[in-house]
Amino acid sequence: MSAGLAVAGVRAGHPGVSVLHGVDLAVPAGALVAVLGGSGSGKTTLLRCVAGFHPLDAGEIRLGDRVVAGPGVEVPPERRRVGLVPQDGSLFAHLSVAANVGFGLDRAARRGPRVRELLDLVGLADLADRMPQELSGGQQQRVALARALAPDPAVVLLDEPFSALDAGLRAEVREQVRAALRAAGTTAVLVTHDQQEALGVADLVALLRDGRIVQVAPPREIYGTPADVGVGTFVGEAVVLPAVARGGCAETVLGALPVAAADGPGQLLVRPEQLRLRPGGPARVREVVFHGHDATVLVELGGTTLRCRTAEPETPEPGSEVSLQVRGPVRFYPD
Amino acid sequence: MTAPPSTRSPARAGAAPRALLAAAAVTGALACVPLLYLAVRTLEAGPGTVAGILARPRTGELLTRSVLLAGSVTAACLVLGCGLAWLVARTDLPGRRVWAAVLALPLAVPSYVAGFTWIAEWPGLAGFPGAFLVLTLVSYPYVLLPVAAALLVSDGGLEEVARSLGRGPGQVLLSVTLRRVRPTAAAAGLLVALYVLSDFGAVSLMRYETFTLGIYTSYRATFDRTPAAVLGCVLVVLAALLTWGEYRARGRAAGWVGRGTPRPPVPVRLGAWRPVALLAVVAVAAAALGVPAVSLVRWTVAGTSAGVDWPALGSAAVATLQVAGVGAALTTLLALPVGILAARHRGRVVTAVETAAYAGHALPGVTIGLALVFVGIRLVPGIYQELPLLVVGYAVLFLPLTVGAVRTAVAAAPVGHEEVARSLGCGRAVAFARVTLPRALPGTVAGAALVFLTVVKELPVTLMLRPTGTDTLAVQLWSHTGAGAFAAAAPYAVVLVLVSAVPAALLDRAVHR
Repeated sequence: MSAGLAVAGVRAGHPGVSVLHGVDLAVPAGALVAVLGGSGSGKTTLLRCVAGFHPLDAGEIRLGDRVVAGPGVEVPPERRRVGLVPQDGSLFAHLSVAANVGFGLDRAARRGPRVRELLDLVGLADLADRMPQELSGGQQQRVALARALAPDPAVVLLDEPFSALDAGLRAEVREQVRAALRAAGTTAVLVTHDQQEALGVADLVALLRDGRIVQVAPPREIYGTPADVGVGTFVGEAVVLPAVARGGCAETVLGALPVAAADGPGQLLVRPEQLRLRPGGPARVREVVFHGHDATVLVELGGTTLRCRTAEPETPEPGSEVSLQVRGPVRFYPD
Repeated sequence: MTAPPSTRSPARAGAAPRALLAAAAVTGALACVPLLYLAVRTLEAGPGTVAGILARPRTGELLTRSVLLAGSVTAACLVLGCGLAWLVARTDLPGRRVWAAVLALPLAVPSYVAGFTWIAEWPGLAGFPGAFLVLTLVSYPYVLLPVAAALLVSDGGLEEVARSLGRGPGQVLLSVTLRRVRPTAAAAGLLVALYVLSDFGAVSLMRYETFTLGIYTSYRATFDRTPAAVLGCVLVVLAALLTWGEYRARGRAAGWVGRGTPRPPVPVRLGAWRPVALLAVVAVAAAALGVPAVSLVRWTVAGTSAGVDWPALGSAAVATLQVAGVGAALTTLLALPVGILAARHRGRVVTAVETAAYAGHALPGVTIGLALVFVGIRLVPGIYQELPLLVVGYAVLFLPLTVGAVRTAVAAAPVGHEEVARSLGCGRAVAFARVTLPRALPGTVAGAALVFLTVVKELPVTLMLRPTGTDTLAVQLWSHTGAGAFAAAAPYAVVLVLVSAVPAALLDRAVHR
């Protein structure tokens, strides 16, 4: 696959503070990559570097085969062909929906079919003459996406585009945005601090921590085989247990579990849904938290509290005795 | 939000464009020229002469009168303003909302209009009593408005706690309520002092010779203008001290008001004092608004029966609109680069230019007029007593109004929108024009309108720099009143009030829509 966006060794920061310490990230053309990171990890700075609003201290950024930023090169934002979808949509309040979408097109193209096409793409063709204030938050985000896609950019950057939406609306808008991006076939980078959003929407998830990319992998892989315990706990709920490995087997409170070859003490990472409950046994149920689609059961075993997730209709009563069984592979991280 | 807060600051828009910086530097330099030239003109005279002028008994007298007037008016405004603010914000005074609006109105009355009405009714007031009375009645809203606002937002819970700890209502008022508004009141008091120190209209009509009037008389009376320059420098230093103090006090006040949850306090029941409080409020309103209104009507009737000089009135109105229009246009044009820079960029140069543009806030009109007279005579004789020099004077004086308006208007348009526009292929200037300008325009126009209104009412700069034969309404009113021709002066006052009140009402409506 050809590279849509390539970030290599990028360092950037503010006077006296370094934010990005050598970021490497390759986004295949047409792919949607989610850059997942906590507060202060540098994800917004990375986005601004790509868009051309933040200078690099070192490294290089390529769009396709063009170098847009690097030693001695700094293409201004208006000539990078980078589409931007900010957190709040940032629709121009003095322009109609159609005029917003046509903003990046030249005069002739604004009257052509392109605006219509894009509004169709995001499913808002009948709102062309509305003003931004008359749209719901989700509609505004879709107009912002159409506006970014209109000049046919090399890459679209989405800065936490769903975080300002209500929880109920978020999933729906996320699906619509994903579908529109796929249909347009545009390379896209989405930054977010929400692991569910990253896992649910992206082809690849890149985990950014302390100004460095720690792991880039498809959602299932980063969830199933995180690079370290930190990544594992960041991308989803996890049970982390002390363990001692010997000869492909790790000793834990859950018994001996098969792990990749390693010797010595370390930590074992198990996902709550990997723990299956059986009646009767050495563990005791402390608490049950019902979520609707499933339930979390807190179990005490050998002085440790374990978090299990079960989708069974029947959950054990608090205080009852249970045993735990581990399904699927677990990951062991030597100290 | 992953980035540190600094990325959300205006600095993130990157380095300021050269052309904008250059344009702003021109404005900053223009704003500083009068002050610098005043200093140069004074130093030229030599230390001996300067010391001699400073040591004259007259200088001491002027200083004493200015300080006495500023001090007494400030004290009176603090008492009046805080008391009225408490009545309208915190008590069950009948019709307190209406009174809050009515009591703020004298702010729109120019001091020389108020001065005209009082001296026309009671010529015996001339001197300190008249100046004190008139300036107090037009200045107390400077205290009333911010203090009432502070009282409204400050948490009533605090006072309830104080009551529950065993303090009586009177003690709570002194120990809690007034304590909380003290920084706000201090800033407002210093602003009043600055206003009184700079006032020319009221003191000249009341013939109470303070620094401003002293400077004007020595400028008019003698060929040697060195004394005027020296006195001007002293006045600038006094005004600068007050401005600095006000700036410091305002910083503290802002820190106070912002805190606490704004739970509206329970109004204090005045009980038997209600009629007394109402009487006090009515008395202030009557003195500050009633007397000018009645006097205006009375003298206009007298003037009309004696025959109004319609052509003179008409030409004064036209002249006023003309200078105000050109003045507002020039001031806005000069303010644009500074306001845009201040809203979007940071840095030493930006701060320096913005500070320079605010010089007019601290400079009394008389000193700007005097400084530009020197500039006009010595540097560019061609424009002395011509329109260009006059409108430059207005620009220096009123730049703070428009720079503030432009800055606020541009800052209200999100930087993010400009960035989106740039990523869509617009250059920096085009992005600004297509995205930010449409949003910043109403605020900028409102700022220009404010300057227009203020120029209409301006007196000392107009008096000193106007082209020969260009008599504005303010100048005509002032000269007729000075000559004791009250009936002839009245129509100018009426037109002045109309010309400034009608657009003010429209502006107010446009801003609050």
